[in-house]
Amino acid sequence: MYVAVKGGERAIDNAHAWLAEERRGDPAVPELSVAQIREQMRLAVNRVMAEGSLYDPDLAALAIKQSRGDLIEAVFLLRAYRTTLPRLASSNPIDTAAMAVDRRISATFKDLPGGQVLGPTFDYTHRLLDFKLAAEGSVPPAPQSPATAAPVPHVIDILNRDGLIEAATPDDTPDNTPPPDLTREPMELPAARALRLQAITRGDEGFILSMAYSTQRGYGRTHAFVGELRIGHVAVSVDIPELGFAVEIGEIELSECETVNQFSGSRTQPAQFTRGYGLVFGQSERKAIAMSLVDRALRWKELGEDDTGAPAQDEEFVLMHADNVQATGFLEHIKLPHYVDFQAELELVRRLRADAITLQEAAE
Amino acid sequence: MNDATPEPAYNFAYLDEQTKRMIRRAILKGIAVPGYQVPFASREMPMPYGWGTGGVQVTAACLVPEDRLKVIDQGADDTTNAVSIRRFFARTAGVATTTRTTEATLIQTRHRIPETPLHAGQILVYQVPIPEPLRFLEPRETETRKMHELEEYGLMHVKLYEDIARHGQIATSYAYPVKVSGRYVMDPSPIPKFDNPKLSGSPAIQLFGAGREQRIYALPPYTKVVSLDFDDHPFQASKAAHDCDLCGAKASYLDEVITDDLGGRMFVCSDTDFCTDRQAHGKRGRVSAPVSGDAA
Repeated sequence: MYVAVKGGERAIDNAHAWLAEERRGDPAVPELSVAQIREQMRLAVNRVMAEGSLYDPDLAALAIKQSRGDLIEAVFLLRAYRTTLPRLASSNPIDTAAMAVDRRISATFKDLPGGQVLGPTFDYTHRLLDFKLAAEGSVPPAPQSPATAAPVPHVIDILNRDGLIEAATPDDTPDNTPPPDLTREPMELPAARALRLQAITRGDEGFILSMAYSTQRGYGRTHAFVGELRIGHVAVSVDIPELGFAVEIGEIELSECETVNQFSGSRTQPAQFTRGYGLVFGQSERKAIAMSLVDRALRWKELGEDDTGAPAQDEEFVLMHADNVQATGFLEHIKLPHYVDFQAELELVRRLRADAITLQEAAE
Repeated sequence: MNDATPEPAYNFAYLDEQTKRMIRRAILKGIAVPGYQVPFASREMPMPYGWGTGGVQVTAACLVPEDRLKVIDQGADDTTNAVSIRRFFARTAGVATTTRTTEATLIQTRHRIPETPLHAGQILVYQVPIPEPLRFLEPRETETRKMHELEEYGLMHVKLYEDIARHGQIATSYAYPVKVSGRYVMDPSPIPKFDNPKLSGSPAIQLFGAGREQRIYALPPYTKVVSLDFDDHPFQASKAAHDCDLCGAKASYLDEVITDDLGGRMFVCSDTDFCTDRQAHGKRGRVSAPVSGDAA
């Protein structure tokens, strides 16, 4: 007698136990601590925080550990945790001009107020495997210089003074309305720029990178220069109603990229540069640059440019497919049983075949 | 039946009360406008998108401690994802669970409507992957919303007509589109079209949740739901032309099970509760062991 497959519960428990064992790996090798991941896998931690929309290096490191280094899985863990947190307050807008910069470069000016600061970058390293790292050893301290108190103004603001670049409107939403919140409201299209930027900054780095790259290769070309890329810490403050003033509650590391893009102008408007903007948690400069290119490409309508049909110009296409938690979930759900639908299809195909064979035989 | 002890670190049924209120508003709007897809601010859930997050959020917003929950996937209570979701609510809400369709107050389902008719007071929650019935005809959400607004469903009829021209019949076997109360064309989720007639006039509340796509829609009790068709090609609910090999049911939807590599196969009810119940009442199919005193 046939007995239908049972035991889903035991199978799940056993799978989880095996997974835990695999996650740990060889017990003879010392276990990774969350602090080690947080300190030594920082760029992975940054990516997980950025795409997880939660600034918490410890939790991001924990998520990376739990996910066995699968960063999309880690992003998912962080998002699922984030969604259970109560929203206590909204911070005041951060001031990136007041950033304590670790890195600040401009590709448009050789020198500028505040100077070019390379910071901790891979840019000019030779990509040669460093076998010394395979052996454990201490790193000699990097040379230090005292921090300067001199202001580091935004490069774009310097251009702006001469009217060479479009004026920045803080937001294209009507005055006095708070910007839309992607995590609290459903995505409605067409989306305001504020909403687009939210979606892109938490979007998958690989997807945003490819979209940006496609604009460089001619699909929605925007001729971007990196006006400025800055990475560093900014203070976050919150208004405390009981006190009547803002209190600094901490600081976060950010990467900000502003691109300068060509715009030929029109009969009524003189030629002027235009802007693309990227802002991402942590040192995530590839993402910040890519974000600013995609932002600029999506602004074609507002700037009166042609729709060339490029994917990066297509707001619905970009925004609806940028989220890797959504994408991976839906992609992988096809692993789930589809017996019922497949049975319906099977039955349909059999019937269609039977009809066709009957017709064929009748013709013969 | 209780799968685990409740989890004290989370709110009842996982979601916080503000989120539940937001989802309940969307549900009420959906009930007020049957078949209309209500946008809602879908949350990340601790299971992946595409695995029932919409249904889970709707269930979380509807559950009360007195509820008795049943979860099915492909009609069965013991498929892994059904087990996983049932456990989730046993853990986060501490509600009683059941596999009995008649005893459940809330049933979350993926891809099936139970064979046993539902009764007033029950809620059936569907997990929906793509809520937009026009999506595969028009990929843009901005366009399809306009088409619904204008009740512009010509494209769908053309598609169905083309099916007939090409195949002699409508070649859609699941997620078969329906028209709700003479107004909105609705995707009934990927249930086999065999189940479509059960959508109409049901005494239960039917709620549809699409988490990734951020949409909720609903069928209030006793709503008229018509599967799209043509006068000369009327809709036909179809199933495999067999009886259940375990319980002998003639009119239930069947899963095909491959039994060997020589073409051997058997057909069994996809609704495990329905099948088990029939067998408990002495009904027998082709391959089931006979029971002494079997009157069926």
